[in-house]
This record gives sequence, structure tokens and C-alpha cells, in this order.
Amino acid sequence: MRAISPAADAQIAGAPPLELEELPAGVGPRDSVLRGVFRTTRGRIGAGLALLVVLVAVIGPFVAPHSPTEFVGPPFAKPSSAFPLGTDTLGRDVLSRTLKGGWELLLLGLAGTAAGVLLGATIGVVAAFRGGLLDAVLMRGVDVVLAFPQLVFALLLVSVVGPKLWLVVLAVAVAHAPQVGRVIRSAALDVSERDFISSAELIALPQREIIFSEILPNLTSPLMVETGIRLTYSVIIIAGLSFLGFGLQPPEPNWAVMINENRGGLSANSWAIVAPAFLLALLTIGVNTLTDAIARVSLGVDGRRAATAVVPARPPALEVRE
Amino acid sequence: MSAEARLVVSDLRVVVTGTGADVVDEVAFSLDAGETLGLVGESGSGKTTVALALLGHARRGLTIDSGTVIADGIDLLTLRPKELQGIRGSRVAYVPQDPASALNPALKIGRQLRDVFRKDRSGSKDGDSIDARVENVLAAVRLDEAALSAYPHQLSGGQQQRAAIAMAFALRPGVIVLDEPTTGLDVTTQRHVLSTIRTLCADEGIAAIFVSHDLAVIGELADRVAVMYAGRVSEIGAIAEVFNSPKHPYTVGLLGAVPSTDRAHPLTGMEGEPPRPGERPAGCFFAPRCPFCRPHVCTDDEPPLDLIAGSHSVRCVRVGEIAPRVGAGSEGFATARAAGAAVLTVRDLRASYGAKQVVHGVDLELDDGECLAVVGESGSGKTTLARCIVGLHQRWQGELDWRGQRLVKAARQRTPESLRAVQYVFQNPYGSLNPRKPIRHIVEQPLRRFTDLSRGERGRRAVAALEATALSASFLNRYPGELSGGERQRVAIARALVIEPEVLVCDEITSSLDVSVQAAIVEMLRDLQAERRLALIIITHNLGLVRSIADRVAVMHDGRFVEQARTSQVLDSPQDGYTKRLLADLPHIATATAEPGLPPEAWLTQPGT
Amino acid sequence: MVARRSALGILTLLLASVLVFAATQTLPGNAATAALRNTGSAERVAVLERQLHLNDPAISQYTQWITGLVKGDPGNSLANGEPVDTLVMGRVENSAVLVLLAGSIGALLGAALGVAAAARRGGWFDNTLSVVALTFTALPEFLIALFLVICFATVWLHVLPAVAQIPPGTSPWSNAESLVLPTATLVLMIMPYVFRMTRAAMIEALESDYVEMARLTGMSAPRVLFLYAFPNVIPTVVQVIGLCLLYLAGGIVVVEYVFNYPGVGQQLVAAVTDRDIPVIQFIVMLLAAFYVVVNIGADVLALIATPRRRLPRSG
Repeated sequence: MRAISPAADAQIAGAPPLELEELPAGVGPRDSVLRGVFRTTRGRIGAGLALLVVLVAVIGPFVAPHSPTEFVGPPFAKPSSAFPLGTDTLGRDVLSRTLKGGWELLLLGLAGTAAGVLLGATIGVVAAFRGGLLDAVLMRGVDVVLAFPQLVFALLLVSVVGPKLWLVVLAVAVAHAPQVGRVIRSAALDVSERDFISSAELIALPQREIIFSEILPNLTSPLMVETGIRLTYSVIIIAGLSFLGFGLQPPEPNWAVMINENRGGLSANSWAIVAPAFLLALLTIGVNTLTDAIARVSLGVDGRRAATAVVPARPPALEVRE
Repeated sequence: MSAEARLVVSDLRVVVTGTGADVVDEVAFSLDAGETLGLVGESGSGKTTVALALLGHARRGLTIDSGTVIADGIDLLTLRPKELQGIRGSRVAYVPQDPASALNPALKIGRQLRDVFRKDRSGSKDGDSIDARVENVLAAVRLDEAALSAYPHQLSGGQQQRAAIAMAFALRPGVIVLDEPTTGLDVTTQRHVLSTIRTLCADEGIAAIFVSHDLAVIGELADRVAVMYAGRVSEIGAIAEVFNSPKHPYTVGLLGAVPSTDRAHPLTGMEGEPPRPGERPAGCFFAPRCPFCRPHVCTDDEPPLDLIAGSHSVRCVRVGEIAPRVGAGSEGFATARAAGAAVLTVRDLRASYGAKQVVHGVDLELDDGECLAVVGESGSGKTTLARCIVGLHQRWQGELDWRGQRLVKAARQRTPESLRAVQYVFQNPYGSLNPRKPIRHIVEQPLRRFTDLSRGERGRRAVAALEATALSASFLNRYPGELSGGERQRVAIARALVIEPEVLVCDEITSSLDVSVQAAIVEMLRDLQAERRLALIIITHNLGLVRSIADRVAVMHDGRFVEQARTSQVLDSPQDGYTKRLLADLPHIATATAEPGLPPEAWLTQPGT
Repeated sequence: MVARRSALGILTLLLASVLVFAATQTLPGNAATAALRNTGSAERVAVLERQLHLNDPAISQYTQWITGLVKGDPGNSLANGEPVDTLVMGRVENSAVLVLLAGSIGALLGAALGVAAAARRGGWFDNTLSVVALTFTALPEFLIALFLVICFATVWLHVLPAVAQIPPGTSPWSNAESLVLPTATLVLMIMPYVFRMTRAAMIEALESDYVEMARLTGMSAPRVLFLYAFPNVIPTVVQVIGLCLLYLAGGIVVVEYVFNYPGVGQQLVAAVTDRDIPVIQFIVMLLAAFYVVVNIGADVLALIATPRRRLPRSG
């Protein structure tokens, strides 16, 4: 629900897409979107930040000097040569915990996003093409799930089963699927009304070929943008859950958990909070900026039609067709 | 050009902000009170840019670089924004092209009209109240008072345009700029709007600039005309001078491309496209497309705009050597064709959209190799009829036969032979090609669907189809986004032709294209028709077009064929009242046409030069 | 029209309640095991199950619950046995104050800045704000909260409380200091979004044909901005505000937790920790109902503000 960027906003709340403010020269109809993205400043910055954090998260566990659960000193000790970021609330090495604290978050975020986008895109495409009763039922279902704030929905599931990791991924996926479904459905309907699809109908091209060969390639741009948005949200939700104590559990290091448990030591050793917070923020900001760049570039490459997977311009849940 | 000219423009230059590439340059003309100047050009000519510059305005991304626009003694281009605000609307006013988007959708018409008056702080000359003035102007444009309390979307296109005209004439400006004000209106409404404009201008002695791509409309309304090409004025003079003895090759080509209801003549299209800002060649801009181009003479330096006679000026260095002959235009061209077997038969077709019936019992018979034009205005049901025939629209009753074989409603359920035989070309070239696929894939699609040909053979046929539509094989690997509108439409036609159909249904395929591009495509269709004995159904609202291509014409109104006969019969001696009215309302253009079949060199007055 | 949407809204709520109930029923573990967790022997679990009617068929359990809800009796808390509605409703006011306060401030500021940025598009003001907005929407709410705490309560300045001091039963206004940081966090969560949406809509309006036309009739710039462009932006802004309220409803969970603010969000977290199913079900349904009402309201307001949809074509 929380939109990421002006162009991506268009996908969510139905405002018209912004025109390009920064399309690099030479990006034309033939260029792949990604190539164009990496020529824009936003694209480079976003990709750079995200990549940086991914590297830290993935390589970190192998270069951490100490075990993340070992008690190496007094709580909230200031940084020293042995422990460059000091110790945390239980006297563990902040640096090691930070280095090891990202990969699970990342992995869960990716898994939740992938599942959610897959589920949502399938729902969207099926609803768009079967139409009729199936479409109505699916959209009602989507409305119902959208009636809950995403975090609350995840909490609901967690409260019954307990903070199991597979459940967290499931909750995130189910929370994302409706929004992705609506966007993709809208984009698919939009595309299927264009003349080149009618042209395929005219020669009675098999339905399957129409969907896969003619329509799907035109959906890659909104799909990419949605995936980017969902990834940012996934990380935010999982971090939020972990922060509240319902996601990844201590004593395993995790950036969100670290932020929560070290709240008391802000004046003593702020690194315990600042380090994981900084990395987490860089990750989400990086993915967000990259997604924004993708949305803007697709507007240009697809001739202003790509990122216009316009969800009906009403808040979700009550899609009364007039 | 008297000393009291209402509007004097000189050396107007508008550039792209940032790069400095010129969009228009060296634009100069003047207008007296009560005079109307037509500004003619195709897309990319810069005519709208000039029109907006006359109000000191430039679209986003453009800057007015230099020049003077003097209206009533004041140079608009030197004014500060606040002063400019004062001038706009009161001394120089503007009528937009698309009233539906030019009127604020959130405010009522009355409110918008009052806003215009409110800005005139000096009050009217007769001391009337605002309400009285509103009433006056409404009466002048013949709009009902009820329009005042309506929102723009609640009015028809004609009413919206009248409201826009009322807003422009409200403060009795000295100069009015009209930017294609009748595009999109049907012929009858267009006639009314044009006569309203003419009356208002004559009554108040207003100098008017009328921008249009439609030469016929300009011919009826304007006293003088300026032809624009690639940002330059290429020819300017009195209407009679320019239309009857055009001197610039572009003007000649343009006039040759305009279809006319009066006589049948082959439309001359011009290959190629105008150069965009930043891509303009060193010499004459038209040289790459000009049949009279001589290297160095024409391509080294840009020709200046020279006065040749009276008020007639031309931008061409070879002007003394070129003189198109005023011809009669042949009557008997290409309308007599050997009758063939009936290829398509329609009996009593009744179609509906939702609850509303839009086609009421249409009968139609198309013979092999014949061209039938279905002419009607928007809402007549002609597109629905076409879609029923090809199987895109399924809510209809009646009988449809192809060579005796009954066709079912849905294309999906028809036999492959019948689908191959009847092909369709869409109106909008920007939506009918998949933007994610190369041209090769698009043109070969019917081959993949209907034949078992090898990849190589498919490729060969695709190239053959493209060449038949005057596109080279180099287009195969391009994407639709790289093509112009005319090129895309040709690809769409190639796609339809590649499986060698018997009938081609063309639904307003040239409505969104420039006149010269339209001419080229129409000529191409005629050639294809002759070569392949292709039967054509041409759906159009442009009655002028049919004389140049159709054997028979069916006039459609409110879902019925009100008249159906040979072209010459319908156009010369119409029987039905609606047809008569349509023909009468159509703007006519009396132009010079060269005799068909004579090569351009025949136009040279001195052979051998 | 309102009636139609209300009916659909009720349908959605009904389906939502089924979903909530199904979630708490079909997943491994049930209310009894959850409540007793590690402390219960098999016998105690069985006793509690019988007490909570957990062995009855699902349908009857559902009907029991839903009729109870509608009648105003959503059962008792498993943690302390008190009636759920008094527990929760006592806190609704606190959360409502947060949501409405943050919603109004965030919406007003965001919209104003959005209009200003659009009017000066491409300038330093616009570019800076856009980048800042892009950054802030990516931040998790607890980071924003902690950032504010660091700035104003613990590390840098010490002017505001890091933890809300609102005794139960008192109105939040009586201790206004405690409201500042939680509200500020929520405002920072939604303001960038409102800013961007308003800016986008405003830019579209300013580039429209009718605004160009207004300029060509000599209308002054401020008039064009406020009387011509802005009215066309209102429907978008209304919908955006609707979405923001919904987003805030979810945001209060983390924010109240961080600041220990006695609202519904904090209660939800506590209930989840305690596996207090009836409380959880009630709060979630409450949020869903809030959602549905806000949706209807936003739809109606947007419709009123768009003459094109409100009135049919006549001419």
C-alpha cells in the first residue's frame, strides 16, 4: 500500500504516470529496460546501494571475526581495536553480529517476494483472461485480504502458529499477492484491449499463444516494477516482525532484532543500533530507488505504456463497477 | 501590407530549449484587419509552434529565441509575463484544437466564460454588466443559455467548440489564432462552426490566423495562405495565387495529394518525411524529397523566401524554371473494372452494442477485385459493420457469405480458408502492432498460423509483402516504436497481404495520417487492387477520398445504407437527402492539378535544364 | 450508490471475518494450546478446549463468535479473563487520536508541499524534496521512530519523552508531550507519499490542455494554480488520504510498541505475545471495519469532487 516512487505510485493509486524527467540519451524502443536503467543516476545509485548491502549480508558471515553468540566483553563497551563496533546489550561483538545479521532477512525477503509475485501474477492473469465468475470471485478474495494491514495480517497468522519462518514467508506472500494481482490484472486487461490483440483474434490465433507470445512480453515492465516494490515491502515487514519479536528469533543475529534489543544502550554504545539500522536502511532505500528508476525507464522504452498498469483509481476493497 | 497592419511577424525563431536546434525560423508575415491567413502544413511543420508563439507562448521544452510579433503596435515577445497576461485574451486570443481537453473539466462553462470577462478590468465599452456580455457572446456563437450551467463533458463536440470560440471572441480581440478548430467535428458541424467564425471575424474586423492541415477548409475560409514545411514558410500568397498556380514543389505535391469530390485524379503522395528539428540538412529542407532537386544548387545553402509577384513569395531557387501545368484531371481513370464473381455478400445485417441497435438491416455485395467505399460520420455504425464482417463483433443477426459459404459470427469459429480470405486493417497504427515484437514476427504471424512454410520461405514472403507496401527488407528487424505512423500502417497492410487475401477491409486507415502519407497509401492500395484483383472495403468519413479509389460507394447514416451506387453516380447526382447535405457541407478546393501520367520534368518550362 | 457500496462493504467484512476465523482455526495449534503453551499438560488443554467450545464443529464456533461480535460481546480475554470489548475500546480513543492527528497533519503538509513542488518543477526545491521523499518511504517505521527518539529524546536533544506517559483512563491530550514523537513518526511515514501523489497529480494538471488554454487567455499564474489546476487534483488527494489512513492503521502497531503508547496497536502486540486469540480477533476485525468505512468515505468524496463521473452526458 505504501508506494515507493512517483512512477510506481502510478501503479498503485491510479494517478497518471509521470513523464520522464531523466531518460538517458539513446534509450529507445529497442533497448532493454535494464540497460537503460543502469544509465540513469537513480538506477546506478539504487543498484549500488542494494548491491553493497547484499555483499555485506552474503559475505559477512564468512569474514566475521567472532561468533555472534559468544560473550566477549561487558555490555555496551565502546569500540576498541579488538571490537571495532563495541559490544551489545549482552556483551556480544557488534561487528560480527552485524556481518552475520543480514542474510536471513534478505533470504526471507526474496522468498516472500518471489512467492507473492508468482501467486499474484497468476491470479491477475487468470482473472483477466477467464473473466466472468472466476474474475469476480478472485477480485472479491483480493479485496478481503487487502482489508487488513499487511503487518497485522502477518501478526494474526503468527499468533496462532508461532513465529515459524515458513509462516513468515507465507504471511508475506499472501499479503503481497492481492496487490500484485490487481496490478497485473489491470495491465493484462489494458493490453488485451489493444488492436494488435484483436488482430491476433482475427486470425484465430490459439488462446495460449496469444497469452504467452503476445501479451506476456508486454507485462514484463509492470511486473518488474511490482517485484521491486514488493521486495522493499517484504524486507520492511519481515524486519518489523522481527523487531516486534515475532519473526526471526534471538539469539541468532538479525538486524531488526539487534535494533530492538539494543534500544537501551543508545547513549552507551550507539553502534549497536546504528550499524544494523544503517545497513537495513541502505538496503530498503537502494531497492526502492532502483525500482523507481526501472519504473521511469519503462515509461520511455515502452512508449509511455509500460508502467501504467493502473489499478482502478479507488482505494482497494470496494471495486464497484459503474 | 498597409501601415496599419494588425499583426506583423518578422524573423520568428523558436528553438528546442537546451540543444538550440531550431524548430521554426525566419517566419514572417503580416495581416490587416478583417483578413484571414491560413497556415498550412503537415505534422512536424511547426505550424502549431508558430500559432502559440503569436501569443508569446511556447510549449514545454521550447523557447522563443528571437523575432518580433507586433500586434497593435506592441511587440509581444518583449513583454514581461504580467504584461503578456494582459494582452492575451483581450488583444490576441486563441481557439484550441481539442475543446474537450481545453475546457476545464472541473468548472462549469458559465464560470469559465465569466472568468474571461472578469479579467477585463476596463469594463466593456457600453458599460454592460458581465452577465449581459455573456449573453451577447452566447448569442453570437449560437449557444443555448443552458450551456452555462453545464460541465464541458456534458456538451457535444460542436457545442464545446462554440464555447471555446465564445471565450476567445469575448473581449473583442484584434487578432485571433485558431488552431485546427474543426478537427474531429463532423462535416455538418464543421460547416456551422466555420460560418460562425467567418461571421464573427467579418463583423468585428478581426484579423485571424487559421492553422490547419486541411487545405479544403483553408480554401474556403482564408484570404491568404502560408505553407509551412520543416519549420519554414515555403510559400505564401493570396489563396487564388497559391492554389491555382503553386510554385513550390512541396505545395504542388500537397495539392496533388488532397482528395477531391469534384474530379477523380490519382493522388500523388510524397515519399519520405520532413526532417525533424536538429536533423535538417544544410540546403533546402525539401531537397531530399524534391523531384526537381539539383545538387549544389539546391543543397548547399538554404534558399531565401523571395517575392515573385504581387504578394506571392516562394522559398525555392529554381522557381523561375518550374511551372506545373493546370490540367483538367481525367474522369475515366480506373473506375471501369471488369465485373467479377461476388466474393462477399451481406444480407439484412442488424447489429447492436449492448442494448442499443447500431446497424439496421444492411445489404451489401462485393465482387472480386472491386472497391466499395462505406462512407459515414462517427456514430453511423460503419465500424461496427466492418467488425461484424471480419468476426470481431458478435452481436448481430443476418447473413454473411463468402463465396457462397455461410460465415459464423465469431472469427474463432470460422474456417481457416475464410479467415485467410478476408483480412482487416485497423485505424490506429499505434495500437495495431505489438510493441515488443520485431516487424518480422508481426508480418509473418499469419503465415505461421495458416501455413506450414519453412522459416526461409516465410521470410521471403514477408519481404515480398513489405516491398509491396514500399518498405524495404531492412524493416524486418526493426521494432514498431522506431517507425512513423505511415510506416506502421504499411506494416499493418503488409501483414494483411502476406497470406494473399481476397478481400481487404480497411477501417479508416488513413484518418490519423498526414495528407501526403494518406495519398501515398491510397495510391498503393489502388495498385495492389489492380495487380492482385484484390477486393477492398474502404471505411471512411472522408467523402473526398472515395473519388480517387472506389468503384462503388455506400453512404451510411444511423445504421442504414441511405444510398449505394457507382461512385460517379453518388457524387455527381446524389439521390438521398443526407448524401446531398453531406456533399454540400464538404469544403471544396479548387486547385491546379497536373495531368496525370506526365513526369515531373514535363513541368519544366525550359526542357533540358 | 452509497447503499450499494455499504452492502459490498458488509459483504467484505463478513468474508474478512471468515478469513480471520479460518486463520485462527485451521493452522496448527488452537486457542487452547496457544493460551497454555508450554505450561499446560494434556489434561488442562482438554479442559480448556471444552471450555472454549473448541471441539464443536467449526461452523457453530464461527456462528457463535460472529453473533457475539455483532451483539457486542466478543468474548473474554484469555490472558486476564476480562471482557474483550472493554479492554479494547478503552484504548481505541488513544489510537484514534494518533491516527487522526497524524493523518491531518501529514495530509495537509504533504499536499501543500506537493503543490509547491509541482509549481516549481525541476528546481532545487522540487528535486530535494523528491529525493527526501523517495528515501523516507523506504524506511521501516521503527527506524523512523528510533531516529526521532535519538534526536529528540535520548542522544542529541532531551526535550521529549522517549516513552509515552499516559496513565490508563486519561485522555491523551492531558499529556500532550507524549503525543509528539509518536505523531511525528506517523506523519513522517505518510507525508512523503502524500507529497509524491499530490505532486504527480498537480504536474499532470499543470501540463494539461485546459491549463495551457487558461494561460493563453491571460489568466494570472496564481489563479491558474489554485482555481484551475487544483480542483482537478482534489479527487486524487482524497483517495490518497484514504489510503494513508489505512496505512496509519497498520503503522500504529510498531509505533505504539516503540513508544509504549497505550493504544490498540500496542495491545495487539501484547495479545500476540500472549496468544490471546479473542483479543486478537476483535482488534483485527476492528481494523478491517475501519478500513471498509474509510474506503466508502473516500470513494464517495472522490465522486463528489469529480463532476465528470457524477453527472451524465446530456448534450
